[in-house]
Amino acid sequence: MEYHFNLPASKDEIKKLKIRDVIYVTGKIFTARDEAHHIMLEKEKIPFNPSEMALFHCGPLMKKDKSKWQVVSAGPTTSSRMEIFEDKFLEKFGTNIIIGKGGMGERTEKALQKFTGVYTAYTGGAGALAADKVEEVLGVYWLEELGMPEAAWIFKVKEFGPLVVAIDSYGKSIYKELKK
Amino acid sequence: MNIKDLEDGIVELIRKAETDLPKDVVDSLKKAYEVEEGVAKTQIEAILKNIDLAKKSKRPMCQDTGIQTFFVSVGIDFPHIEILKDVIVNGVKKGTKEIPLRPNTVDPFTGENHNDNTGDQLPYITWDFVRGSNVQITALPKGGGSENMSKLGMLKPGVGIKGVKDFVVEEVIKAAGNPCPPTIVGVGIGGGADLSLKLGKKALLRPVGQRHKDKNIAKIEEELIKRINDSGIGPMGLGGKTTVLDVHIEKAHRHPASLPVGIAVQCWADRRSHMIINSDGSWEVK
Repeated sequence: MEYHFNLPASKDEIKKLKIRDVIYVTGKIFTARDEAHHIMLEKEKIPFNPSEMALFHCGPLMKKDKSKWQVVSAGPTTSSRMEIFEDKFLEKFGTNIIIGKGGMGERTEKALQKFTGVYTAYTGGAGALAADKVEEVLGVYWLEELGMPEAAWIFKVKEFGPLVVAIDSYGKSIYKELKK
Repeated sequence: MNIKDLEDGIVELIRKAETDLPKDVVDSLKKAYEVEEGVAKTQIEAILKNIDLAKKSKRPMCQDTGIQTFFVSVGIDFPHIEILKDVIVNGVKKGTKEIPLRPNTVDPFTGENHNDNTGDQLPYITWDFVRGSNVQITALPKGGGSENMSKLGMLKPGVGIKGVKDFVVEEVIKAAGNPCPPTIVGVGIGGGADLSLKLGKKALLRPVGQRHKDKNIAKIEEELIKRINDSGIGPMGLGGKTTVLDVHIEKAHRHPASLPVGIAVQCWADRRSHMIINSDGSWEVK
């Protein structure tokens, strides 16, 4: 099945999704890799509201045109690096859509089940295509400390996808199935 | 010799690699599109659209523009060998701004990033000296996701070539969706630990679809392609028929007690470009 969601997605919308469904999302997403996960878990207060956005495992290539940031290329990064953080992250921030590549492990699977979320796969390396779906760069946090790839970037996206539901909220995972 | 012009040549070399995938890779992906269905087909379709968009808009196809890696073959009669290293390093700095490239070089101790894709030992340049008066440079920007799936096996010689084959198949299957399949796998067999890995990386320079000139090794390459693709990992590890586009083997003689196997993995974005610098300083990128 194919779905088009406005973000944030409701619990009912997430529950509709099964592995191999394809979704396109419109709304706000934020990027976070290893370092941003680390910082966000440590800080008591963070300057934006992750619960209204999808989490994108991505270290984008950006450029500044006159004082305004533009996305040049922004495909997903390898999600398995974030496995050590993700269950705590989902619990703390209530994010219910993860966008990444390569899949995640059992801890994240269980957390997605517990907090009703999905992990979706965006085609790795398709950075130019992804950048085309970003309408606006709404902000960036921790750019000075972490540098361009590791900073948290907030994007306004339109019809961002195709995102393949690879782990659903019922504990099913394409990656787990293929391992058998 | 116009040094500025040569640096611009290096920028063009990197731009070509980052924005325009070699025809052999694109053709192979198109073939994969024909045989795949369902989710796997959607992945290859997105890859092909992305390649097209990157080429038309002259934008890096992947946000991970890689560690800048060059293989340089220097003709010993080239009149200005002494400027080559600086030309490459300065070309990388310029290209980072002009193309642009993601700043990808980080100090492992301090986390410091010069923001120009240079640093200790980087860009990574392999020098080779040959007869002649021109210089040939191949660029192979190498992404982190695929590089993280590299493997070194110091096998016991007793396991033989069967053991080598099993090791490669097992490791590529273990890597699953992480290196952005369909990948190209370079396998270096023999030498020592470092040489086997180096040969694995050098094997990635061979065009997709081109077999080893030794017929027996060519057969082993074909066997490995089949065995890995039979795993069903598929594009992006989401299931399908195409897990590798190709497997290339290179070999060196080995110590009687050692059987090193180095595996280098390249994502579908098998970015390569080539430059010739003539003795008069004129250059061409293709």
